[in-house]
Amino acid sequence: MLATTAVRRSTAVFRSTASLSTWGAVPAGPPDAILGITEAFKADKDPRKINLGVGAYRDENGKPYVLNVVKKAEERITAAKMDKEYLPITGLASFTQNAAKLAYGADSEPLKQNAIAVAQSISGTGALRIGGAFMARHYPHIKAIYLPTPTWGNHIPLFKDSGLEVRRYRYFDSKTVGLDFAGMKEDLKNAPEGAIVLLHACAHNPTGVDLTQQQWKELSDLVAEKQLFPFFDMAYQGFASGSTDRDAFAVRHFVSQGHRIALCQSFAKNMGLYGERVGAFSLTTQNEEEGKRVDSQIKIIIRPMFSNPPLHGAHIANTILSDPELYQEWEGEVKGMAGRIINMRERLYDLLTHELKTPGEWGHIKSQIGMFSFTGLQTEQCKALAEKAHIYMTMDGRISMAGLNGSNIEYFAQSVNAAVRGNL
Amino acid sequence: MSAEIWDNVPLAPPDSIFNLIAAYAADPTPHKVNLSVGAYRDDDNKPWVLPVVKKATQILLNDPTLDHEYLSIIGFPAFTSAAAKLILGPDSPAITEGRVVSVQTISGTGANHLGALFLSRFYQFNGTKQVYLTKPTWVNHYAVFKNVDIAPVEYPYFDPRTLGVDFDGLKSALENAPTRSIILLHACAHNPTGVDPNREQWEEIAKIMLSKGHFAFFDSAYQGFASGDLNNDAWAVRYFADKGVPLLICQSFAKNAGLYGERVGALHVIAPSSDAAKRIRSQLSVLQRSEISNPPAHGARIMSLILNDPKLSEEWDQDIKTMAYRIIAMREQLYKLLTEEFKTPGNWEHIIKQIGMFSFTGLNQQQSLALGEKAHIYLTNNGRISMAGLNTHNIRYVAECLDKVVRGEL
Repeated sequence: MLATTAVRRSTAVFRSTASLSTWGAVPAGPPDAILGITEAFKADKDPRKINLGVGAYRDENGKPYVLNVVKKAEERITAAKMDKEYLPITGLASFTQNAAKLAYGADSEPLKQNAIAVAQSISGTGALRIGGAFMARHYPHIKAIYLPTPTWGNHIPLFKDSGLEVRRYRYFDSKTVGLDFAGMKEDLKNAPEGAIVLLHACAHNPTGVDLTQQQWKELSDLVAEKQLFPFFDMAYQGFASGSTDRDAFAVRHFVSQGHRIALCQSFAKNMGLYGERVGAFSLTTQNEEEGKRVDSQIKIIIRPMFSNPPLHGAHIANTILSDPELYQEWEGEVKGMAGRIINMRERLYDLLTHELKTPGEWGHIKSQIGMFSFTGLQTEQCKALAEKAHIYMTMDGRISMAGLNGSNIEYFAQSVNAAVRGNL
Repeated sequence: MSAEIWDNVPLAPPDSIFNLIAAYAADPTPHKVNLSVGAYRDDDNKPWVLPVVKKATQILLNDPTLDHEYLSIIGFPAFTSAAAKLILGPDSPAITEGRVVSVQTISGTGANHLGALFLSRFYQFNGTKQVYLTKPTWVNHYAVFKNVDIAPVEYPYFDPRTLGVDFDGLKSALENAPTRSIILLHACAHNPTGVDPNREQWEEIAKIMLSKGHFAFFDSAYQGFASGDLNNDAWAVRYFADKGVPLLICQSFAKNAGLYGERVGALHVIAPSSDAAKRIRSQLSVLQRSEISNPPAHGARIMSLILNDPKLSEEWDQDIKTMAYRIIAMREQLYKLLTEEFKTPGNWEHIIKQIGMFSFTGLNQQQSLALGEKAHIYLTNNGRISMAGLNTHNIRYVAECLDKVVRGEL
């Protein structure tokens, strides 16, 4: 009896010391800057609280919006009694074909020649990750990627973890609260030949500041001149202007100019499929044979990370993209979402400029595009807004316009006004 | 110019099983048999969506409050906590003490990858970063570990002479490995051999693990599928956890819930304290965020409903038994046909002793190929068959051909 106890105790002692040493050196990791905001918001009990943190669309009542076409697609999928067999490594083939058509346009040369290698990905993040790994492994020139300043926070660890060196180029001009195009061009001109450049295809996150079509054309020439590799992140196609074709201008222009590009697509926002993780990664190549080689290597990257992608969201997206009626209805719903956001921009601008006469210039609220707006608010002001007004945004002053609606926009404007005047 | 960018990207060979599947698909023979399939098939050779899964899906669809919002980085909490209880046991002290870190992953592969990545970043390796893999193992294990800069080292596992565990070889390897080595263990229904250690052997393995300070990397892809009993199939993992062997568990719901393409899985890391658990959780979060941001919702919601509802859990148990028992019945029938009816030369006990979806028949490469070419029965070159591909309609034909190929008369 005693002996057993002694053995058990010594095992317990060994157990604790053995496993203590296993993870003793693991430090606490930092909370996520963006997703952590939602946690703080959830914990707040104040009824006036507003979440302007994460970029998820909200309707006029501040509720998540499940698109009608998504509901219809789900009903069809259930009725079809599909099985749950594994998708191929690069995903549902009809989905990836449709996704490529949506982005590149049906009359895109490489698309017609079967020269685009497309893989279904874990939404936009997953696409970026596949792309980063592909570039790190196969890109024949300098393995450095230039990211705009600022950019979506997750770009930085993602590309670093992929094995690329992260460098920056000037993008946002805080003085004009607009694009620093001269600085952007200069930095890219000074980049080593063949460097990779990350471009937000539309609705730049976090600033909402986009290039004009003319500026895209100029940039395309510069990129060609320096032989830089354009790596597009398109998470908001349709969401920026309300038109999926219009929002794909930059991507399509570059391809038509003969650039080889990488493209990351997300259907999180434009189809409201967020948590279902629907996306696609593609590379344009010179011909079908090259496309096959590239595709085979994309599979090698995917297999040891997750084998094959989730099927539910892909079926939903594919059902919508394949059916002309649903597709048209979808375009209408995207336009509706983009339209509501544009209304909020105009209302906010009016409140700040005309009604409250808030110090400062607020034109950028109207001129910025997409879900986000870089308000120009300072970190201290953002903190104060969270603590005193229960309004949550990321500390760089980025707000998600989708979080604003008829019921809270006045309270928001008043709070911003107070914060700017320093009497919050 | 830019046309040269991808010139030097070589054509990678297709996934090892791809050609076999393609050959099967292209074969016009009506009585062809696919014994390479890694997914359950019913007696009519059809994929089987579990009745309880259909039920749970309908519940989700009828729920007006459901949306498609992002899950948190580490996944759906109702799912991950129930998944932890499933593998570790509802009364697991590690769980009640808050020492289990659970992260929802892209099925088993995602868990393997995240677990390996975490070890690569944070484990205090004794010398070079390496992992001991059973010889043989699931083919993707090699790529999973190499991808995160951990070198695979094989340790003896399968004895081709006995078609069972090479236990002496296994023990010797673990005893001679440097202290604090990472050891891959299949929780049950070893893939590809179907050969599992018995309980005495597991106890001995645990002893060696403790005395050498080794770390157990458990891959649990077949809980419930092996014996038909979820608790029984979790015995080894729970024993190791109880004994305090440092470990992590990669858990898949692809097979036991038939959720394959929905990609439902979890990684569980057992920490020595709840404070260490917090730190580990935060680091796993960071790793997950920079790869997928957050995991897919649909499959996890289905599984969560099943795991957290007593009635649905009971139904799931029944559905698992349906699958496991059909496979066990196929094993018994094949064994009977070979030994009693055809009196095929050789010892065929391994067919009924081996566990789970796969069986290492003992057929060599030549015989395996001959079955494909001459009998239109497709299996991998190493003689591995998937029991799920057998059914009451084809089992006699398969037994006949196995008999012939062994006698050299095919």
